[in-house]
Amino acid sequence: MTQSVVVQVGQCGNQIGCCFWDLALREHAAVNQKGIYDEAIGSFFRNVDTRVVGDGSSISKGKICSLKARAVLIDMEEGVVNEILQGPLRDVFDSKQLITDISGSGNNWAVGHKVFGSLYREQILEKLRKSAEHCDCLQCFFILHSMGGGTGSGLGTFLLKVLEDEFPEVYRFVTSVYPSSEDDVITSPYNSLLAVKELNEHADCVLPIDNQSLFDIISKIDLVVNSGKLGPIVKPNSLVTSGGTAFKKQHKKPFDAMNNIVANLLLHLTSSARFEGSLNMDLNEISMNLVPFPQLHYLVSSLTPLYTLADVNIPPRRLDLMFSDAFSKDHQLIQADPKHSLYLACALMVRGNVQISDLRRNIERLKPSLQFVSWNQEGWKTSLCSVPPVGHSHSLLALANNTCVKPTFIELRERFMRLYKKKAHLHHYLQVEGMEESCFTEAVSSLSALIEEYDQLDATKSLPVEDVQRLSIAV
Amino acid sequence: MSIVTVQLGQCGNQIGFEVFNALFTDSQSSQGLCSKRENEAYQASCKERFFREEKGVPIARAVLVDMEPKVINHVLSKAAQSGQWKYSQHACFCQKQGSGNNWAYGYSVHGPKHEDSIMNLIQKEVEKCDSLNGFFIIMSIAGGTGSGLGAFLTQHLHDHYSNALKMNQIIWPYGTGEVIVQNYNSILTLSHLYRSSDALLIHENDTIHKICAKLMNIKQISFGDINQVLAHQLGSVFQPTYSVEGSFHYRRNPLGDLMENLVPHPEFKMLGVRNIPQMSENSLPYSTFTWAGLLKHLRQMLISNAKMEEGIDWQVRPPLPGLPPLGKMSQNREQHFNTSLANLVILRGKDVQNANLEGFKDPALYTSWLGPDEAFTVWKTQRAFSRYEKSAALVSNSQFFVKPLDTIVGKAWNMFASNSIKPATCKFSGFSSAAI
Repeated sequence: MTQSVVVQVGQCGNQIGCCFWDLALREHAAVNQKGIYDEAIGSFFRNVDTRVVGDGSSISKGKICSLKARAVLIDMEEGVVNEILQGPLRDVFDSKQLITDISGSGNNWAVGHKVFGSLYREQILEKLRKSAEHCDCLQCFFILHSMGGGTGSGLGTFLLKVLEDEFPEVYRFVTSVYPSSEDDVITSPYNSLLAVKELNEHADCVLPIDNQSLFDIISKIDLVVNSGKLGPIVKPNSLVTSGGTAFKKQHKKPFDAMNNIVANLLLHLTSSARFEGSLNMDLNEISMNLVPFPQLHYLVSSLTPLYTLADVNIPPRRLDLMFSDAFSKDHQLIQADPKHSLYLACALMVRGNVQISDLRRNIERLKPSLQFVSWNQEGWKTSLCSVPPVGHSHSLLALANNTCVKPTFIELRERFMRLYKKKAHLHHYLQVEGMEESCFTEAVSSLSALIEEYDQLDATKSLPVEDVQRLSIAV
Repeated sequence: MSIVTVQLGQCGNQIGFEVFNALFTDSQSSQGLCSKRENEAYQASCKERFFREEKGVPIARAVLVDMEPKVINHVLSKAAQSGQWKYSQHACFCQKQGSGNNWAYGYSVHGPKHEDSIMNLIQKEVEKCDSLNGFFIIMSIAGGTGSGLGAFLTQHLHDHYSNALKMNQIIWPYGTGEVIVQNYNSILTLSHLYRSSDALLIHENDTIHKICAKLMNIKQISFGDINQVLAHQLGSVFQPTYSVEGSFHYRRNPLGDLMENLVPHPEFKMLGVRNIPQMSENSLPYSTFTWAGLLKHLRQMLISNAKMEEGIDWQVRPPLPGLPPLGKMSQNREQHFNTSLANLVILRGKDVQNANLEGFKDPALYTSWLGPDEAFTVWKTQRAFSRYEKSAALVSNSQFFVKPLDTIVGKAWNMFASNSIKPATCKFSGFSSAAI
């Protein structure tokens, strides 16, 4: 089995990361009753004998001594990381896997990318190499960050280039939180645009997420939970937003619920690689199947169900509802409507007590309402994992490579141009060494090229499917 | 003579387990409807073909190969749990990172890299056979390991064991898509296998799914159910059958006999299986059949290309006699009529000697260059299979797969012509359009 390393950068990245590790421990605790360190738990955690002084030698088999997350925590100000290290997860993190500074990046991509990038390059490289050495077979780096700030956006994308150079064989999956339209950081359009260029060039696969969508999902859940309209009660701990702490009406920290959704996304993505099932899907298959052209590697994701009612038997209708919901625009993790746009490819990763017949039935049911690109009419990638998530009996993660990401990019470009035309706040960037106006113009053209590619695909949407003439055999 | 099974990838290993289970369970069954001596001869033959013994426990003659460990571990433990038979721990080969549904990765990277280790394991298993009949390779064509590594291995078995026969059991993916690059992987595999394999026994996921739904009445069909139906079909073909001498003497060269009868020409090696009757365990005790009824349905299934005994199109008829022999330009040929190159019917059970197979000897069913005398064979065995009082299996070299093949070639070509997904595949092999 393979291992993955999570690199969490900036405040957003680290907060999401914190929720992720919390949920990962919960999930493995629920599955691994005997406390034996096995390959599944090894994909995200090391088993360390803390009695041994020094690095903490890894034990590969036997009882679990002390689990250390395969993670690197990076932040240019200390507050967030310190909070993590004083919280309940302090023992999960290896104190040597941190990189912090004091002053922060000031919401400035250039500071994060150019200044801190060059300053910390060696350290970053060393920590990454260390974590890679601890892995038997490293398959993937998961990078968690936001696009709107300075550290996550700037240093996070600087990292991508480093990873590409140092570990070319290892996949780079990036979970990016895009700024919503009511974002509070004024320079977020600049930061996001500059980051998008890096993601275009150096990431294998990007899972864009935005806060507005997460917030909408939470509001929907709260509505159901609080209204009590439905007869049966919602099962505790079955919310997609539940965290490690017991189910409480108010979450401890404001972004916890939203971060838990993202954490769940990552767990579901890797579930079929970690646990057994009748149709496995590894991480390398995601990239292979869902990325038809190297530039178009943005996957819109949706998680269902959002909660489980206290029914014990799941009638097929509820299962079918889960599939239908995965395609509705309310369940997507960015503001997008995949049903009315063109699909390049779609993956359905099912967990729990769902069988192949349920999956096929729903694909056949939903197929007519979805538009697939002409050369990939049956563009489905499916996987079945037997282990359900904690508190649920089954769940579905849908990943779509769909042209519905285009509006997000177009809006990003518009917000950028509004600021850029006035050259507002530009001097903060240009005064950083290594930053020039050409960085901006290149970034804009990179984004425009991406939008253009999606446009071209959309143009084929309504055209009739034409069969290309085949090669004939020379007689 | 013994058959060594090579189980490749997730699909191959999951199916392989069900096949061995079905074979073993049937051989131990006490409802063989025959004498004790007959049953013992049957059991001994089945055992010799598929199992060997180690410390009194039957061990499957199999090599398990996968590029990631989960499935093999699961299958090993399931077999051990049965308490009846098991796999040899040493006959397994795993890696850590799968093939990522990438045919090129399976063929060009994993193949050469692990060739020695895998061939070693196969060699060890072959050495434990008194005499080797051949290889039975189980793989899917949609994924990465089964398809790519399968194509590579078959080629190598062709080179190293030139006297042994190779039959590849391939699984055709769902038409509505289970892997996005399945069309690429499928045609690459088929084009390679066609050169190195001796026969391709094909099963389609769609077909078996329908059988589970309609005939077996399973509500929530799992892959376990699908694999069990498949195993039943394979068992009805591969379990021992009488040789020319009849009672107590079972065929010693199953693969050779199958291929001799079914693959008259090396350009035509795609074989399909039809089975009748097929029903759920619960319905078994309440059903009785006559050979006439079963064979009538089976014949119609053959000529109308029906996948199972329900929903057969009885309108399809062979072309009228007295007209020019069947050629490609025959205008009088009925639409959808399935012409056969060669057919083999295997009958098992009660009163098998009385079964009348004249319907299958009609020249109209066959081509002009191979008449029914050479093209049609029947094997009758008294010992019943898997508690079915009477069962008939048809292995057919006919036009069953023309349409599905055409479909996937068309889709693969469409995808290729739009230049998609090539980069990942091209990264691993010097790949050209000529391959397609």
